[in-house]
Order: sequence, then structure tokens, then C-alpha cells
Amino acid sequence: MANELSEAQRSLIGTKNKKGQVYTDPYYLFNEAPRTTAFYTGSEVIKEAIRRASVDVMVAYPITPQSEAAALIGELYAEGYVADYMRGESEFAVMSQCAGAAFGGARVFTTTAGPGTMRAFENFPMWVGSRLPIQMIVTCRGINSPLSIQPDTLEMYFLLGTGMLIWHAETAQDFYDWILKAYIVAEQPDVHLPIAVCCDGFFVTHTKDTVSLTPPDMCLPPYDPYRSPVPCMDMEVPPVRMMRDPFVMKSNYISYLTHASWQEETRAACERSRKHTIPMIDGLIETENTDADILIVASGTAVSQGREAIRILEDEGIRCGLVKVKVLRPFPLEELREATKNAKYIFVPEFNVIGWLAQELKAALPDNHRIIDGPHVAGGMTMPAEVVVEEIKKTLGMTVATLAGRGS
Amino acid sequence: MKKRTNIRMSGLGGQGVVTSAHVLAMAANKDGKFSISNPFFGAEKRMAPAESYCRIGIERIYDRGELVFPDVIVVYHPQVITLQKSYTAPFYSGIKKEGVVIINSNADLLNAEDKEMLASLNVSVYTFDATAIALEVAGTELASNMALIGAIAGITKVVTLEGLDLAIQDRFGKKYVASGGTATLDEAIKKKFAKKEQLLKKNMDTIRKSYETASVWAEEHKLVAA
Repeated sequence: MANELSEAQRSLIGTKNKKGQVYTDPYYLFNEAPRTTAFYTGSEVIKEAIRRASVDVMVAYPITPQSEAAALIGELYAEGYVADYMRGESEFAVMSQCAGAAFGGARVFTTTAGPGTMRAFENFPMWVGSRLPIQMIVTCRGINSPLSIQPDTLEMYFLLGTGMLIWHAETAQDFYDWILKAYIVAEQPDVHLPIAVCCDGFFVTHTKDTVSLTPPDMCLPPYDPYRSPVPCMDMEVPPVRMMRDPFVMKSNYISYLTHASWQEETRAACERSRKHTIPMIDGLIETENTDADILIVASGTAVSQGREAIRILEDEGIRCGLVKVKVLRPFPLEELREATKNAKYIFVPEFNVIGWLAQELKAALPDNHRIIDGPHVAGGMTMPAEVVVEEIKKTLGMTVATLAGRGS
Repeated sequence: MKKRTNIRMSGLGGQGVVTSAHVLAMAANKDGKFSISNPFFGAEKRMAPAESYCRIGIERIYDRGELVFPDVIVVYHPQVITLQKSYTAPFYSGIKKEGVVIINSNADLLNAEDKEMLASLNVSVYTFDATAIALEVAGTELASNMALIGAIAGITKVVTLEGLDLAIQDRFGKKYVASGGTATLDEAIKKKFAKKEQLLKKNMDTIRKSYETASVWAEEHKLVAA
């Protein structure tokens, strides 16, 4: 397995933490440990993943739809599963405090959403440049006025440029597994970057669904801060040195050179996460029937709506394939080119107004006239499978009955 | 059974609309079916429109979010219709042909246009006083949502009484994770009963009574069970 542990971490495997949980080899935990099924909301699933994640510090701040999860991690703290827990005075403070804890050598967890994520934004590229492997859960919701608390994935669009690793879960099951796996990938010395594990709020966080869980008495080995590729809190070497006394104050030439090399390196570290991520979550994308002329390419809940649309199309004798984009950063360029090479029509349903996934695909795929960026819903609207079907049939020149649904 | 039954519940904040969908989905889960439930609301406040959705089927369910094309619509409060406290106008928009509308009211709230529209889609309407059943059986109007769950199950047979019994124990029999508003209401209803066992029993009695009445109605109207 590509995801190796340090000597210090390996020496703890088989021993118990103060809650009596056994530090377990991640490969065994993910692939071989017995599982039990539960019928949980996504928020409860986040709690159960963190119970098993050996998290040192969680910083919380309320904003729907992540508040329940943040409160539940507080219960874990009260029970002794999370070493430290505090409420920040704002989202900006939360992300700054996460940085402080990670600089100090802690495994850090936080949850965020929508306008709160936007308020905290300055910190995300800083986390990347400082190589802090913080895990941030983003339960996407509307960010623009007028207010919406329902799912809209616009904040992910802004995150794409930060340099963070970005995964987009479809279901509570993805979320459970990926929260645990994300730490193992993000903490590899050749990666060592913050990771945003995203889901569509409410559709995952507030939905009760069946999930299969690993045993509660097994947990991840703890973070080993000595695996960091940059020294912890050393004021004389990068990256802290750069923040304390920026080179730009001395010489633009040195400043440019440092930036050029360090920004290239953090981007390269993101690319290097592939070799750990691919075996860990079985590829950056998942495909079904990619020999079909028609393809749906989507991430998050839009994948689920696509699956339902494919069922409806099948009943009508129309064959349609599916590509689930699990990882946005690093971007699965080669995988997507291969998966879409046979497609004549590539539909990209999205829960945001700009269609950022379609934009990414248009920049990446040859013959991008094949890409139809839609259907889109925004501001928390639902995307019924019937709407996806309608978009596909209209594009193919087939007649469609007008949908007598809501708002019509 | 039908491949999928989609149920949309429209009510007001505080009535237990979200709880109903969770209990119904849990019951389906206990019955060994596939199910998903999710809520839809704005900032949590009493008397504001609140909706929840429950999808039950015999194959894995991917569909998420607001239910735009339901088979069953349940109206928890007359104001959903009379004051249009619903996310759509009219409250039944999107209902599928041969669908069912269940309304908690002691009066007929539908106008001629509504009736004509629903009849044209062959939709059956069951209006009954769920709150009266709740007061009679459980001694509190807070159990109205239980009477509505009973009616849904009685008419559609989408879940069994055994499944509902297990789901009620799961929801009210142990510590439950909820938002502040829901936790407050949970405390309020627990105070109505001397013991937790009594709360569980009264909830189940309310469901059973409503289930039986609704089953008789469904048979009289020759509705095909889900």
C-alpha cells in the first residue's frame, strides 16, 4: 500500500488509547475490519467517523447545515474521544485557530459551510503555503443574497484555486470512509496539505441513509508531526520565516523566486497526492457504461440525481453512462479524457449557477462542443431526475412533455 | 409492491413534520426496505412552513432533496392550504396520477377547482381530524404527527405496524440528536407522560388507531396498496 505510516505510528498499532480504542492499521481498518450497518443522518455519520479518527483539536462555529455535526463533535470531546475542542469567535478565527493547532503538531478537524467558509477564506491558501494537513468538512449551502441555507456548491468553486486537496462526497457512506482516509492521504510527507472533504448540505447532512461503519473500538493511528516536510513552528526557516519577515521587504527578486518555487512545490504536492488517493478511494473518478454515446459527468448529489435519471432513460430505451468525479483537486485530467473519449454528448448537471464543473471539463477535454453545461439549479433548489432527463432529451431533439412541477 | 413510493409532508414548524419522515423511513428500514428521509425548511421557527420527504422502495434510492413529483402528499395543518404555507401553490402541484392526498382537518378545505384538478389526475383525498385522534388517544395534540403517520401506513401499506413500533422505540426510546428547537419539543412531549414507556405506548396507540380507520377508508375506496 502506498500510504505508509511512520516508525512512530507503526509502533502504536495494536496498543490502546485512553478510551480503550485500538490503534489500527489503516489498510485493515478500511478494507478488512468487520462493519455494521446503521440508519443515520449525515451529521451523525461525521461524528462516528471522527470518533475513530484520533483527532487532537476541533474548532467549531455554528452555521447551518454543519452546526449539528459541530455540536456532535463537542459531545465526542465531552466523552474524551477528541483531545481538545473550542468555539471560535468567528469563522475567520476558527480557521486561524486551526492553523495554530496544526502548526503546533495536532491533527485538526473543523466543519464549515457557505457564507462562513467565505468569511474564513484568507486562511485556506495560507494553510496550503504552510503545509498544514488540516481536514475541513464543507457542507455546501448557498452563499449569495438572497439568503439560502439549502445546498448550492458555489463555495467549492472558490476553493478550487486555494491549492487544497478537494474531494466531493456523493453519500453519507462516502463521507464516513473519506473523512478517515483523508487524514492518511493529507498527512503523507510528500503531500502534507490541507484537505476539504465536501458534501451537499442537507442532502447528505440531514438525510437519513444506510451506512456501514467500522468498529467503534478501532481508530486511526495518531498524527505524527515529525512527518511534516517543513519544521514545526520554526521562526527561522520557511514557511514561518516568510510570514514573519516577508522577503518582499528585502528584495523583489528573492521574493519572486521564493514564491515561484514554493507555489510550484505546493501544487506539485497536490499532484503527488494521486498515488496515495487512487488506491485509497479506488480512483479519482468512478465510471459506468462509458461506451455509451451519452454521458453524465457530475460530482456530489448531482451524481445521485444522474443515477436516477439514467434509470428513467433506461426504461425508455435510452442508454446513458455515468462519470462520478470524486476528486476535484488534483484534477483527474487523464482519467476524464479516457472516460469521455467515446461520448458524443457530455451532460454536466450541477447545483450552482455558474457551472464550474462544466467549465473545468471544457478546459480539459478535447472537442468540448460535446459538453452541455446543465441542467443547473441554484440557491438550494432541488434537481429532480426528471429535469435531467428533460435536458438530455431536448438536446437529442426528442419531444418532451412539459413538466407540471413546482414553480411552473 | 411499487418500485418507489415518494411521500411529501407539508406542515408548520413544531408539528413534527421532520420527525414523521424520519420515523417513516426508519420503519421502512426496519421492514427491510430501502428508504431515505430528508427535511426542507428555512430558519427554524414555529408556524413557519416546514416540509419533509420520505422515499421508500425496493431498490437502492439515490434521489435527494425536495420531492417535486410525489405519490403521496400529507398536509399537517389547515394553514398549509388556507394561508398557502407551502413551498408551492397549490399545495398539490406535482402530484402523480393515482396519487393520494391526506389532510389533517375537521373541515373540507378544497375548493371546486382543486377538486376538479385532483379528480382529473385520479387522486384520492382523505381528510380526517388527526389532531382529534391525538387528543383522544394520547391526550395531547403533539401526537398529531403520529396519527398522520398511521394514516399514511394504513392507506399505502408502505410500512408495517411492526416496523413503526421499532422506529418509535428508536426515535423516542433513547437519547436523540436534534437541533435546539426539536430538542425543546422532545422535552415538552416527554413531560406530558410520567414514563418513557407510556410515551412510546401512547404514540403507538395513536398510530394504530389512525392506521385502522385509514385502512377501512382505503378498502372502501378500493385503493391499491403501495
